[in-house]
Amino acid sequence: MHRFLASIKKEFLLLLRDPGGLIILFIMPIVLVVAITLIQDATFKSISSNSIEILLVDKDNGKLSQEIQKSFSEIEFLEPISKIDSVPLTEEKASLLVASGDYQLAVVIPEGLSDGLQKQIDKNITKILEEFEGSVDSLKVEDVQEKLSGKVVKLYFDPITQETFRSSVIFAVDKLVASIETKSIYEAFEKELGESESLKSFNRDNFVKYEQINPSLSGESILPNSVQHNIPAWTLFAIFFMILPLSLNLVHEKGQGTFVRLQTTPINYSTIIGGKAFLFLLVSLLQFTLILLLGIYVFPKLGLPVLDLGDNLGLLYLVALSSGLAAIGLGILLGTVFNSHEQAAPFGAVLVVLLAAIGGVWVPVFAMPDTMQLIAKISPMNWGLEAFYDCFLRKGSLIDILPEIGLLIGFFISTIVIAILYYEKKKAV
Amino acid sequence: MDNTPLIEIKNISKQYKGATFLSLDAINLQINKGEVYGLLGPNGAGKTTLISILCGLIKPTSGEVLISGKSFKTSAKEIQKAIGVVPQEYALYPKLTAKENLLYFGSMFGMTKSKLKPIVLSHLDQLGLLPFADKKIKTFSGGMKRRVNLIAGILHNPELLFLDEPTVGVDVQSKQAITKKLKELNKTGTTIIYTSHHLREAQDLCSLVGIIDSGKIIAENTPSKLISETNDARNLEDVFIELTGRELRDYA
Repeated sequence: MHRFLASIKKEFLLLLRDPGGLIILFIMPIVLVVAITLIQDATFKSISSNSIEILLVDKDNGKLSQEIQKSFSEIEFLEPISKIDSVPLTEEKASLLVASGDYQLAVVIPEGLSDGLQKQIDKNITKILEEFEGSVDSLKVEDVQEKLSGKVVKLYFDPITQETFRSSVIFAVDKLVASIETKSIYEAFEKELGESESLKSFNRDNFVKYEQINPSLSGESILPNSVQHNIPAWTLFAIFFMILPLSLNLVHEKGQGTFVRLQTTPINYSTIIGGKAFLFLLVSLLQFTLILLLGIYVFPKLGLPVLDLGDNLGLLYLVALSSGLAAIGLGILLGTVFNSHEQAAPFGAVLVVLLAAIGGVWVPVFAMPDTMQLIAKISPMNWGLEAFYDCFLRKGSLIDILPEIGLLIGFFISTIVIAILYYEKKKAV
Repeated sequence: MDNTPLIEIKNISKQYKGATFLSLDAINLQINKGEVYGLLGPNGAGKTTLISILCGLIKPTSGEVLISGKSFKTSAKEIQKAIGVVPQEYALYPKLTAKENLLYFGSMFGMTKSKLKPIVLSHLDQLGLLPFADKKIKTFSGGMKRRVNLIAGILHNPELLFLDEPTVGVDVQSKQAITKKLKELNKTGTTIIYTSHHLREAQDLCSLVGIIDSGKIIAENTPSKLISETNDARNLEDVFIELTGRELRDYA
């Protein structure tokens, strides 16, 4: 115990006198979490304060295009622009502005769209009513459909926009046009059927509505936001990033001869690595605490949602502790196997990024291809992430996170045992 | 000096993995308590390999080493408590002070801080380092680092002390301070095994010298006898050249 405490004190002093190491362990994770959360915040907000300017070229100048413009301006995250320098936009100009990357989207409403749509609706209603009365003028209906063919609402997208953004815009425009069309149909019916008060009271509200529910394991409703998602993911990334300074610490120890001296003293390899493991475990818990405090006290001041810890603080620390142990095991294994900074530094850095990628820190596991989903299951970062999500978003209990905790601690024990066996074997060379 | 064997090396051979030659070739040696044994040899002769085996850092391919009748295979911890090692490198933490380094390494032998502190300060004082006890090692000169390196190996008052080139790259004053300290330690009963390329220093310090070349002990005796038994030799350097030749011993 005396040796173990002396090892911890030594490691503590070495860390305290290493400003670069302190920056990597404490400042970088904070910068990372704040930056990523700020960037991703908009994607988690249902109504964002960040509006996207879209170009609107109105060749129609009719009722439909006015409705589209009005509806676009009512969507808070879209800001339609139909004039630049007081000059109405042309399709060519809008196309050029999107192609140059100045704008991400241009919507071109074709000429005669309102007129054509209105005619089609009128004729369709006339046909329906005539069917009721027993006489159909099929020739006139076909005539209207012929006139409408070729009326295409063009959407110009900046090549850098992602497919999800394009799909969202197409869906929004489609929904908008459908809603205007429905409104026009109702109006046409009203017009054809007369001005009676009973007909004026058509219920035009959507019959089917949607309610978003985020089920939790405890039954309590949770509101997912960028903070609830990013804090677990990037805290875990920061904890696992500890692999790098820890493995380099061991490599430096070997390089500066102190390791040789320690090997000749009556201590086990477990005592040498035990002091390092304990200190870095404390560091991981301190990192976690700092990030939690950041989420609670600093994020709201940056306009981000406040971090909701729920009532599972103990479980959160259990996950952080288990994840820290897994990261320490891996760091010690790498530090034991590698002999130089040149080997350990790039391998460690790439390994952390790789584990984060396959673990679902950047792209959710459910969105990965089948093979990658299987691979994700063997990433300790995925176990930690799932356990954190269970606590932060699903309000799970100890029972819910026990499998992941078991895997993380099992991973720690395995890596430490392998490191000790490797060390003993290397001594026999 | 008594004739009780402290180290018994029985037919030790060492071939590193992938090597096509033996670094140590069937070495047999006995070193008694109280000796200052100089292990001398050209570069690549096998000195560091032999010292590393004696310290338990590496295992021999064949043969056996007994220290106080005990083997590393069965009594590693007991042997490690009894030995002190001063490696060729500055085996110190540059960001820790001299005192912090010494307190840490001393504690690895199970010594408490209260017991260690006066020992540390006493050794620092004897080697002229007390005013620098609270300075970081990275600010020390080569000679100062060598002296701290020596103290780190003797804090627990070992029965047997291994030194691998303890005076390499230091000034005359530091060299004298180190050799003086080693003589004092030997007087109080510490057996010393020592490798060096400074043959005059070895001649002055060692009670017994073994010359190793190509993994074999090619001569062993007191420095004076080795000199007298070698034709035209005036000192240990002449003996060394006579036995190992004048050709350069570069190896990679």
